[in-house]
Amino acid sequence: MSKIDNKIPAVPLAEKWSKHKESIKVVSPANKRKLDVIVVGTGLAGASAAASLAELGYNVHAFCYQDSPRRAHSISAQGGINAAKNYQNDNDSVFRLFFDTIKGGDYRSREANVYRLAEVSPNIIDQCVAQGVPFAREYGGTLANRSFGGVLVSRTFYARGQTGQQLLLGAYGALNRQVAKGSVKMYTRHEMLDVVIVDGKARGIIARDMVNGEVKRFGAHAVVVATGGYGNVFFLSTNAMGCNGSAVWQCYKKGAWFANPCFVQIHPTCIPVHGDQQSKLTLMSESLRNDGRVWVPKKKEDAEKLQKGEISPNDIPDEARDFYLERRYPSYGNLVPRDVASRAAKERCDAGFGVNNTGKAVYLDFKYSIERLGKDVIEARYGNLFQMYEKITDVDPYKEPMMIYPAIHYTMGGLWVDYNLMTNIPGLYAIGEANFSDHGANRLGASALMQGLADGYFVLPYTIGDYLANEIMTPKIDTSIPEFEEAEKSVTGRLEKLFNIKGTEPVDHFHKELGHIMWDYVGMSRNAEGLKTAVEKMKKLKKEFWANVLVPGEMSNVNPELEKAGRVADFIDIGILMAQDALDRKESCGGHFREESVTDEGEAKRDDEDFTYASCWEYKGEDAEPVLNKEDLEFENVALTQRSYK
Amino acid sequence: MADVILKKIYVKVWRQNNVRAKGRFETYEVENISQGSSFLEMLDILNDKLIREGKDPIAFDHDCREGICGTCSLYVNGRAHGPDRDITTCQLHMRKFNEGETITIEPWRAGAFPVIKDLMVDRTAFEKIQQAGGFVSVNTGGVPDGNAIPIGYEDAEEAMDAAACIGCGACVATCKNSSAMLFVAAKVSQLAKLPQGKVEGKRRAKAMVAKMDELGFGGCTNTGACELECPKGISISHIARLNREYLKAKFSD
Amino acid sequence: MSKGSFLNASVGRKFLMSITGLFLIMFLLVHMSINLLLIFDDSGDLFNIAAHFMATNPFIKIIEPVLALGFAIHILWSIIITIQNMRARPVKYLKSNQAVNSTWASRNMFILGAMLFVYIGIHLYNFWWKMKFAGDPLLEHITVMQAGVPVEMENAYALVATLFKESVIYDIVYIIGGVLLGLHVSHGFWSAFQTIGFNNHIWRKRLFVLAQVIGAIFAIGFSVIPLYFLIKF
Repeated sequence: MSKIDNKIPAVPLAEKWSKHKESIKVVSPANKRKLDVIVVGTGLAGASAAASLAELGYNVHAFCYQDSPRRAHSISAQGGINAAKNYQNDNDSVFRLFFDTIKGGDYRSREANVYRLAEVSPNIIDQCVAQGVPFAREYGGTLANRSFGGVLVSRTFYARGQTGQQLLLGAYGALNRQVAKGSVKMYTRHEMLDVVIVDGKARGIIARDMVNGEVKRFGAHAVVVATGGYGNVFFLSTNAMGCNGSAVWQCYKKGAWFANPCFVQIHPTCIPVHGDQQSKLTLMSESLRNDGRVWVPKKKEDAEKLQKGEISPNDIPDEARDFYLERRYPSYGNLVPRDVASRAAKERCDAGFGVNNTGKAVYLDFKYSIERLGKDVIEARYGNLFQMYEKITDVDPYKEPMMIYPAIHYTMGGLWVDYNLMTNIPGLYAIGEANFSDHGANRLGASALMQGLADGYFVLPYTIGDYLANEIMTPKIDTSIPEFEEAEKSVTGRLEKLFNIKGTEPVDHFHKELGHIMWDYVGMSRNAEGLKTAVEKMKKLKKEFWANVLVPGEMSNVNPELEKAGRVADFIDIGILMAQDALDRKESCGGHFREESVTDEGEAKRDDEDFTYASCWEYKGEDAEPVLNKEDLEFENVALTQRSYK
Repeated sequence: MADVILKKIYVKVWRQNNVRAKGRFETYEVENISQGSSFLEMLDILNDKLIREGKDPIAFDHDCREGICGTCSLYVNGRAHGPDRDITTCQLHMRKFNEGETITIEPWRAGAFPVIKDLMVDRTAFEKIQQAGGFVSVNTGGVPDGNAIPIGYEDAEEAMDAAACIGCGACVATCKNSSAMLFVAAKVSQLAKLPQGKVEGKRRAKAMVAKMDELGFGGCTNTGACELECPKGISISHIARLNREYLKAKFSD
Repeated sequence: MSKGSFLNASVGRKFLMSITGLFLIMFLLVHMSINLLLIFDDSGDLFNIAAHFMATNPFIKIIEPVLALGFAIHILWSIIITIQNMRARPVKYLKSNQAVNSTWASRNMFILGAMLFVYIGIHLYNFWWKMKFAGDPLLEHITVMQAGVPVEMENAYALVATLFKESVIYDIVYIIGGVLLGLHVSHGFWSAFQTIGFNNHIWRKRLFVLAQVIGAIFAIGFSVIPLYFLIKF
């Protein structure tokens, strides 16, 4: 196989980004005015990119499915944002952040991209402060930091438990400023349904106006996809209800590679599912594991009684409690990384020790820290989280332990991009969670915000110039050409097809079914047989869906069911590809756990010999199997070692 | 915890096909709802039933379902976001309701928030207010170090109190005058507390208030209802600061 | 500063309401203090001296038209604001449970104001109109010794006291008027400070409490007078 050109300059790691910036082309201000750029999605990556590109002088057309850019799901991020500022004088550095991220990602990300991420991280903080983001401060007026899982320094900047919100509102402000100036044309309640390729280059999109149902064409010299992750394949996840993989999936179907689709992060501390009426899962911040002890009963009889509601957790004495994380991982205890904690909880519940009525929950107990530190201290640290928990569950976590269970949280996989964040389709870019490049097989806490803003503020505005410099002679894209007409026709055709099936089951029925298959076979623990079963089941589900889905309402009006139908149709396809990718990767790494690849103690075992690559899936047609291309990952600056938390 | 099931409840919902159509109330029966379910999950179940009966499901705005995106916007039993404190509609749970109860659900009512369909309203007016000045005019790059300008702990905290606004519009919905003062105040006050925002404070206050007036929101009569119904508990003290900023700006013109 | 845009802006309009409101509160404090003399001297001399002073003092003469202007602006702007605010919600709620989030007085300032307007009309006709223009036999001049000097003045006490002694209906009207005024001020006072920007999270509680106290003082201070005459005579 020919080597994939990822455009990473062959110079020492620390010089790569500056050398690359020197070598890429720049577009003159006069020419920028003539160039249109479409940005789809207005989360941290999309909003920051749209604003920065408009500041540079490009004509930006920004799209979001929400009624305001401010509602993109970046807003839900709680904990914080990492940056190698070394404000705490604790020997943090760009290299250390780079190293932690590579190691946290279980050595399945690109060195050059991650190093660049660490390199620009300090600029992000400066930028956000200048925008008026109210980061937490010390009494002396300097910025405050806290630590997060998987690292030994204190480099996480935060704004209470609403860091994502504050960073997004900063970018939203910058975006609004450009909208007011007329440099950004904002399209809210618009959903991208296809990307238009003309002569091999991305030249625009087809989007549906979600208010009146109109399907419209938009042309541009480049298209940037910043539409987030596809975690909602699982139906239940911490993603927002509208989060979807459709934009990414349409790019894939037009030839863009989908990289590492099977890398999904499962967050260990979410509020458990309460029953089959549940629509969405709520995350409880990772920080809770600093002061909470995770346990299940030692005796199965106790677990059964708890499941039936016959006894309360407080009836179980300490000696009958199994603090399984402390038992299995004495050195890290309750603070093992997310993937490890999630798997351990699942293992206990599968063995019959789960504690809520469904048997799918473990306790996170603050009794011990309340005894040690007092209720006031715990309240000061986690008061808002405790209140949130009580609102949802009606249980007071000061008196009874919290119940938690792992849930789908983030997708590390996404569109393949080169060092310029461009996909293999010229003029088509992917940034933020929508691309695959920076987090490998597992993302560290507080790194998603960092990556979104790094891409949008400090990487894409430089690298897009390299492509657009060659487009200055291209006139405004004419959307009446056959390529656009065809794309629009195919979008309308698909919508009409979905609408006219008029089967018997609403969209959610299929989405829930898909979620069950994914969770059971492509979830926290995977094996070859299960994955094959999953593919079969999903292919069957796909047939049923296209034969029997029921979409009510009108085509030319607000129609959430029609929107969902299109998304779920894509989710099924994405699910199949995820299972295929998981099947191919016969090693355990990060969030991807293959039961066939474990150490003698049952821990995840990587196989660097055979799998040190990013899998880049190439679409070959509706009925053909996709082709796997492999981008070999080269590690010149870190040594690959097996992670251990014992 | 025991899972209590509401065997039957009734929901009286505003139905309106589009912005121009005339609306009306319709009452539906919903059966077997767990009190542990969220309010929006109850609506999901009702919609599932409506779809299966060949009827048009109820359109309502929602997204993150964890109380931060500000999309959900229902006026439930006479209160913005329903009968509980410090929550959005998506955080409202069915344990707040009783067996056999009739729950009235209306969209946000304000001239500046036209109904798009059923319970969905158009909050573009909020976008326009923010575009009028809800930002610090600084380009990407070329900014000083984050620690270059110290900001006192109290100031940062107060700015954060205001910045917590999620832009849901509950303040407008609940205000007897449909005033957007709390929404405007949250942004003006946040940036007025920070040195980065102070620089263009006067212009901002004037521009945002002018835009708010232009868009047809009512005036503030200080009833304080917005603060109590705000899911983030944003204080009307920020409105006092907005007034101060505005008057200072106007008197120095 | 462009005056037009300021007075048309929501905050500008409210600013005028606040300033006139605070000015009227100051006037009412003086007015109430003098009125209270009615119940501390049944001979009426104290009240008559004060009323005479107010009627002849040149400063008061200047302030009188300003006061009238204050009333006029307060009333006119309240109408403008109320119309604007009502227009902001063309479709009303079917069910609105505002009792849980705000005080009755704060939501009904215009209604309270309108009732006070009627009350003030009655009040002006009863006393001010007669003293100033129409005259009344009860107002027949009397001579009161003031600092050892006999001074001739109108018997304002007779006019007021007679009304309250003889008409239970007017007593009740004036008692209600006092209570309405108290309610109006219990919101108006702190609201005015909020609107002019003199408020923060510390002063907020103080101003709110102060507003309730002043509201209560007005309510009691104004209604105790008719009550006194109703009970005593």
